Amino acid sequence: MGEAIAVSQPRGSGPILETRDLKVQFKLKGGHKLSAVDGVTLSIVRNQSLGIAGESGSGKTTLGKTLLRIQKPTTGTVKFEGRDVTKLRGKELREFQRSVQMVFQDPFDAIDPLFTVFDAVTEGVRVGRIEKSRDKLEAIVSDALKRVQLSPPEEFIHRRITSLSGGQRQRVAIARSLAMNPSVLVLDEPVSMLDASVRGGVISIMEDLKKSGTTFVTITHDIATVRFFTDTLVVMYLGQVVETGATKDVVSDPLHPYSQALIAAVPVPDPSYHVKSLAKGEIANAAAPPSGCRFHPRCPYAQERCRVEEPKLREVRKGRFASCHFAQ
Amino acid sequence: MPSATSILSVRDLHVTFSTPRGPLYAVQGISFDLGEGETMGLVGESGSGKSTLALGILRLLPLNGKWTAKSISVMGQDVVSMSERDLNSAVRWTKLAYVPQASQNALDPLYRVGDQFVETVAAHAKVEREDVLKKAGTLLEQVGVDPAKLQSYPWELSGGQKQRVMIAMALILEPKIVILDEPTTALDTIIQAQILELFKQMRSFQKLSSIFISHDISVISNIADRVGVMYAGSLVEMASVSDIFKNPIHPYTQGLRESVPDVRKNKPISFIPGTPPDMVNPPPGCRFHPRCPYVQEVCKKSDPPLLPYPGDHYAACHFAERWVKQ
Ligand SMILES: Nc1ncnc2c1ncn2[C@@H]1O[C@H](COP(=O)(O)OP(=O)(O)OP(=O)(O)O)[C@@H](O)[C@H]1O
Ligand SMILES: [Mg+2]
Repeated sequence: MGEAIAVSQPRGSGPILETRDLKVQFKLKGGHKLSAVDGVTLSIVRNQSLGIAGESGSGKTTLGKTLLRIQKPTTGTVKFEGRDVTKLRGKELREFQRSVQMVFQDPFDAIDPLFTVFDAVTEGVRVGRIEKSRDKLEAIVSDALKRVQLSPPEEFIHRRITSLSGGQRQRVAIARSLAMNPSVLVLDEPVSMLDASVRGGVISIMEDLKKSGTTFVTITHDIATVRFFTDTLVVMYLGQVVETGATKDVVSDPLHPYSQALIAAVPVPDPSYHVKSLAKGEIANAAAPPSGCRFHPRCPYAQERCRVEEPKLREVRKGRFASCHFAQ
Repeated sequence: MPSATSILSVRDLHVTFSTPRGPLYAVQGISFDLGEGETMGLVGESGSGKSTLALGILRLLPLNGKWTAKSISVMGQDVVSMSERDLNSAVRWTKLAYVPQASQNALDPLYRVGDQFVETVAAHAKVEREDVLKKAGTLLEQVGVDPAKLQSYPWELSGGQKQRVMIAMALILEPKIVILDEPTTALDTIIQAQILELFKQMRSFQKLSSIFISHDISVISNIADRVGVMYAGSLVEMASVSDIFKNPIHPYTQGLRESVPDVRKNKPISFIPGTPPDMVNPPPGCRFHPRCPYVQEVCKKSDPPLLPYPGDHYAACHFAERWVKQ
């Protein structure tokens, strides 16, 4: 049905990836269910950079995996260039799998110690049987390594992954996705494993890629870092979007009390500034979310209404959405 | 840098690990004083030797670690020649307590929280079980954990709760000095802010002197009175927290500060080219020279010592004078 519209939709217009009322439930022992993602609707605009922020347990990584079709939605849809990704088959599916790449957090954590940079970077290309000749593969690797500033490529191509520093490994992980020539790159905590002095190097690579037209989705708890290279910020809490808007607006003037708490807690390299913990307690168990507003037990402004009535995500100001009864 | 009110003083501490590739020089001649009531932030990148320095001071190094020091004095008492037994009964935990890195995993999963308090105390003092549990309950209340959790197993607690328990456990024998190694690193931002606030309360309440280790200079800026910056096994700079941020001398400190994003500003993040050295084959001369934007010939040959500059400011750079505020 939607297929016909999608086919006639010109490339380059409309969101490149979008989700509609996406839910992902996991079955637990004893018949319980855990909603890791609970009704998320998002549009990812071509050539833009979207940040998804939240604490651990907020469902960020599950959402990322669902965008890649690695995780199946329980209900709701993910569309890539207007097409439902769960319905893609054959050539279209392979094209999707090449176009949307994810760089996982600490991707070489349990890597085979004999694996080289060449093996790692060509893995997707070889598995997808996109290219087989050794010469062509070497050219692809060499190009990808240059793009992540591991140069000269000859110096790195035959090194073992285990012999690289953290920053170099993270560049290889990005290079491996770039080798597929993706249009969307989903990054899960791209720099949080890296030392401060080398983080900026990886971020500048992402800035260059962005200029050359790659669409980014960055999943992170580190708001200070995503501040610079995301256009839009989505704040998640217990599987739901609680706030979204232009990153600079959300960071400088957050509307939802959870976003306010998250941002007030970010430490700043300035001794005259002190972090504040505005939210009480810890994130609830996603298998038993609180009634009404899920944030109400931790919220400094909670009222009776918050305990009983679930707030809807609404446009509080132009282009600024928040799900709080009292946001204005 | 002797100081009249120094509660912990370390002189020329070296720690070397034997590794299959040869000796690894993890801590290379560190000297400093911790003032009474002071919080010293120790910052440095992964592998710079922060944890090794803490373990060296406590003399809790793994078997392949060898240490030497001219002196390590804890509340006026030199511990360099003390026996293991005396250290346990007269220094560790009663005077100087320690919250280890990744301490969320330091609790034994097989024992209830209360029993772990009892065990810890038994290793360092003679106190009745009932008294330990009573004290532990009071401390848990102070750190914001329900005292009923003494009956719980560690896996029944969240990461933030475990960190609070570890802080309470460090304080059970009323030490004067606490060393906390990356106490907030594995925690979410909001929980980190809660723990930082808690630590500030506890230190003024218990009149603690402390060393707070973190790789995150923003966390350090929140909590420290003085800051020691480590690079490749050495202290390269040490100064008041405001001097470290406003008038840094060492080019590494300058670069590190510029590499850290400030959420309030929309400024791109810079970085220091290259990576920290291999500590088995460190570069000759100043170990920062291969990454230093101001490197000169002398830096490649001679290792600059940590020298004092006005305002109780120490730095190890051949060209420190250039950045000293007149
Ligand atoms: N038991 C050991 N055997 C051999 N080498 C070790 C041992 N423990 C630490 N090292 C090495 O000593 C150096 C200093 O390590 P240390 O753990 O003190 O650094 P750190 O600054 O605490 O780092 P991090 O921020 O990652 O905790 C590193 O090169 C490390 O690999
Ligand atoms: Mg450490």
